[in-house]
Amino acid sequence: MLSINVIYIINDLFSSNSHGLFAYISLTLLIKSAAEIMKKRVKVIERDDVVVKFAGDSGDGIQLTGAQFSDTSAFIGNDLATFPDYPAEIRAPQGTVAGVSGFQVHIGHKEVSTPGDLADVLVAMNPAALKANMKWIKPGATIIVDIDNFDSRHYKLADYIEDPLEDGSLEGYNVVKAPITDMTRDVIKKFGLSSKIAEKTKNQFVAGILFWLFNRDLSIGEDFLRDRFKSKPELIDANLEVLHAGYNYAETIEAIEATYQVKPAEKGAGLYRNISGNVAVAWGLLAAAEKAGRKLFLGSYPITPASEILQELAKMKNLGAVVFQAEDEIAGICSAIGASFAGCLGVSSTSGPGLSLKSEGLGLAVITELPLVVVDVQRGGPSTGLPTKTEQSDLFQALYGRHGESQVVVIASSSPANCFDFAFEASRIAIEHMTPVILLSDGYLANGSELWHIPQVKDLPDIKAPLVQDNDPEYQPYKRNPETLARSWALPGQPGLRHHIGGLEKADLTGEISYDPYNHEKMTHMRNEKIARVAKYIPLQEVIGPDKGDLLVVGWGGTFGALYTAVVEMQEEGKSISLVQFNYINPMPVNVQEIFGKFKKIIVCELNLGQFASYLRSQLPGFSYLQFNKVQGLPFLISELKQQFSEVLNNIEK
Amino acid sequence: MENNCVVTVQDFKMDKAARWCPGCGGHAVLAAIQRALPETGIDKEKVVFVSGIGCSSRFPYYINTYGFHGLHGRGPAIASGIKLANPDLSVWLVTGDGDSMAIGGNHFIHLLRRNLDIKILLFNNKIYGLTKGQYSPTTPKGSVTKSSPDGTIEDPFLPGELAMGAQGNFFARVVDNDLEMMKEVFMQAARHKGTALIEVLQNCVIFNDDIHAEITSKELRDEHQLYLKHGEPMRFGKNKEFGLIQDGTRFKVVKVGENGVRPEDILVHNALDHDDTKDYMLVRMSLPNYPIAMGVIRSCESGVYEDLMYKQFSISKAKSRIKTVDDLLTSGNTFSI
Repeated sequence: MLSINVIYIINDLFSSNSHGLFAYISLTLLIKSAAEIMKKRVKVIERDDVVVKFAGDSGDGIQLTGAQFSDTSAFIGNDLATFPDYPAEIRAPQGTVAGVSGFQVHIGHKEVSTPGDLADVLVAMNPAALKANMKWIKPGATIIVDIDNFDSRHYKLADYIEDPLEDGSLEGYNVVKAPITDMTRDVIKKFGLSSKIAEKTKNQFVAGILFWLFNRDLSIGEDFLRDRFKSKPELIDANLEVLHAGYNYAETIEAIEATYQVKPAEKGAGLYRNISGNVAVAWGLLAAAEKAGRKLFLGSYPITPASEILQELAKMKNLGAVVFQAEDEIAGICSAIGASFAGCLGVSSTSGPGLSLKSEGLGLAVITELPLVVVDVQRGGPSTGLPTKTEQSDLFQALYGRHGESQVVVIASSSPANCFDFAFEASRIAIEHMTPVILLSDGYLANGSELWHIPQVKDLPDIKAPLVQDNDPEYQPYKRNPETLARSWALPGQPGLRHHIGGLEKADLTGEISYDPYNHEKMTHMRNEKIARVAKYIPLQEVIGPDKGDLLVVGWGGTFGALYTAVVEMQEEGKSISLVQFNYINPMPVNVQEIFGKFKKIIVCELNLGQFASYLRSQLPGFSYLQFNKVQGLPFLISELKQQFSEVLNNIEK
Repeated sequence: MENNCVVTVQDFKMDKAARWCPGCGGHAVLAAIQRALPETGIDKEKVVFVSGIGCSSRFPYYINTYGFHGLHGRGPAIASGIKLANPDLSVWLVTGDGDSMAIGGNHFIHLLRRNLDIKILLFNNKIYGLTKGQYSPTTPKGSVTKSSPDGTIEDPFLPGELAMGAQGNFFARVVDNDLEMMKEVFMQAARHKGTALIEVLQNCVIFNDDIHAEITSKELRDEHQLYLKHGEPMRFGKNKEFGLIQDGTRFKVVKVGENGVRPEDILVHNALDHDDTKDYMLVRMSLPNYPIAMGVIRSCESGVYEDLMYKQFSISKAKSRIKTVDDLLTSGNTFSI
């Protein structure tokens, strides 16, 4: 590494257009390097896990640096979870706190279930990024700042009155003042590339610093860049050189007191990948369609934070996924219903405001009893609310947000990777039970990612579509499977099965229009009973920890990582605490009552004002439910959960 | 198996009678469709009728094909899903003036713009019938209805203008008391590849009786209707004595033989012209200065949505190394532990 460093610096010193500052720094570094590098031995701290936060302007390539760091971590075998945090505006005013884009990565030798509460390392590309993140870093954290952006203009933009690097507020932190912008520009100039490219490349300088900070092999980062820029080969060499420059810089300066070593996680053998919740949903739908032998149809309208599902499936024409970008949310769901009528696995993906618009369509799918999956990636509401932030406040809408007696199956995924499993599961239930299913994801799961043990499609459950043979003389549109109460699925084009369906009440068996009062009552009960019977075809609810004790923590969906980490840590501390995390919400697994009965206290934790707690009170009224709720557009912190649970436990002990 | 049998009108009839009011234009449209379909050669098992909500939208229940009675205004979206799921199906959408241009206006214009191979029968009776007599987007300005006791203050839509403004490639107009015209036009629509909109001037005997009488009555129809046929001169009248000529930027009604007008001076209808300038002029013609244009006014070929989509599928399938979901899951950056 030394040789590269030296050659690189000498080249620069003798290059025709002399870059004063860089030459000066380089020369200083060269002298220091030559003199001291052999004896320089930085302390290596071995850690079970480390949390890194990247923050900068939304145009700083923060998300890319984060993805690169995550992929590298996965490559060397760390467990990981990530979470991007970006403003709703595409390019909010540069240098302001409102415009700060962030990406948090939690890597571990130990099992990692959340992106982490607080960061061990913060990369702040400007003062605004520093300001926005000071409350999210650990005491003594390493803070790498791009010193080139720490000037009076940027302080003003970030509303700093005093220079934060000098006013003592960073005392106790390990601050690395790196000339990221200048050094990147100097490298880029050598390649004759524009300053605009330099702006976009400085994230690789940061990446280089982190490779050194985490004792990683630079070749992994090089491979990432070669892959990333395969369509723009002219940028590869420049990016590689900036990456090296960052690495060499970190190695040479003495500002970094210690480097980290996070050993590979002890995961089962197999093939893994880093996957986000939205991509996992898209892939789970594809897997289900393939398994069911049905074409996948997605009718969707772009909406944050669900658009990635639409975009991901739009790329899958090679797998025959029919993707229809509709004129609005209503057309999205209605086209999916039409496609289901014609034999596809019909799906519509959306977020809260879109789910509101789909209520009418969901009712149609309820009465026509067609398979349909609606994916709701929840965000902060009501109305436009917090489009890029997470929340769990669409539960009531999913359960009850339709006119008439119109139950649907509601399930929720609980980690980025298991979005695959629950998208598959939503599809399985929709097809086998001929019903709409709402899958609740959220902004945190959708954009967050984690390491995923890749399954094989052959190992996934079979999905048996209740299709009808051509010319079946026994076929009647509303004749039901006696076990599941699902009607069968005759497809337009099949000879001898012509029939009509629609939104008017249907006569039992024949499916003809019926206004008969007793028929309506019978059909209403039948539709509800069909949903209730899904409970027989889903797994029992699991308890994490002992199946009896003092405190049962209850959560659902995307809060799993934080609740799990908090509960497991408290179990390790000897507390009598267990966790039940619901994925199946309507219907619930059949053993819930039994589980709840074995704990002294139950606390329901959710990112809303208590919708699931209310639901539990109506479904299982025999218990008393404490609540812990948060509506800040942010996931739970492990620390706040532990504090809350401790208080409840202390009260029990008294 | 069934394809070998001769398909007749009877194949499309239901056992029970349609439940429209006696004298409703719907009955005639249904009869015309049932007569047209056997002659198109379309497999009766592959026909799907889709509708929204309204009197016209009960249509699917009255014809013996696959049928989907949908939501108010949402028929175009449901029909699009069906067509994209299985492009082999012959998909027909039945809608009304309220269903298509009020609550379903957005879906309606986007279906026309995308040009899926779907046929639209638009029953235009200029009133809300099923909800008992409120004004619709095509009700003439000033009309007194249940929801406009002092007369409407809105300018109505002209479906043909809307269709062409939405990039529609096929627009036709028929009257509900001319079975032959309806049958002929429905068959032409069936043969057209792409979205075809047929506006049916339909009478509502209960809430808007005789709204189209000026156009459709036996006494007036010959002189008030110009039945356009591609390649034929634009002539009308009992003995085809009238015709249209170009007069500057406008059309002018003339009598052949009078003022030196020769038969060859009469404009010849070109429905295939991509330039829609003349088509706009034709659909806008109104009484008393002009006859009302009937028949296929515009019929242009253009790329059909599902054809283009499925073409992208074959290209993508041929190019991609990812053939199965397993291939997808293991593609890109993976890590062996």
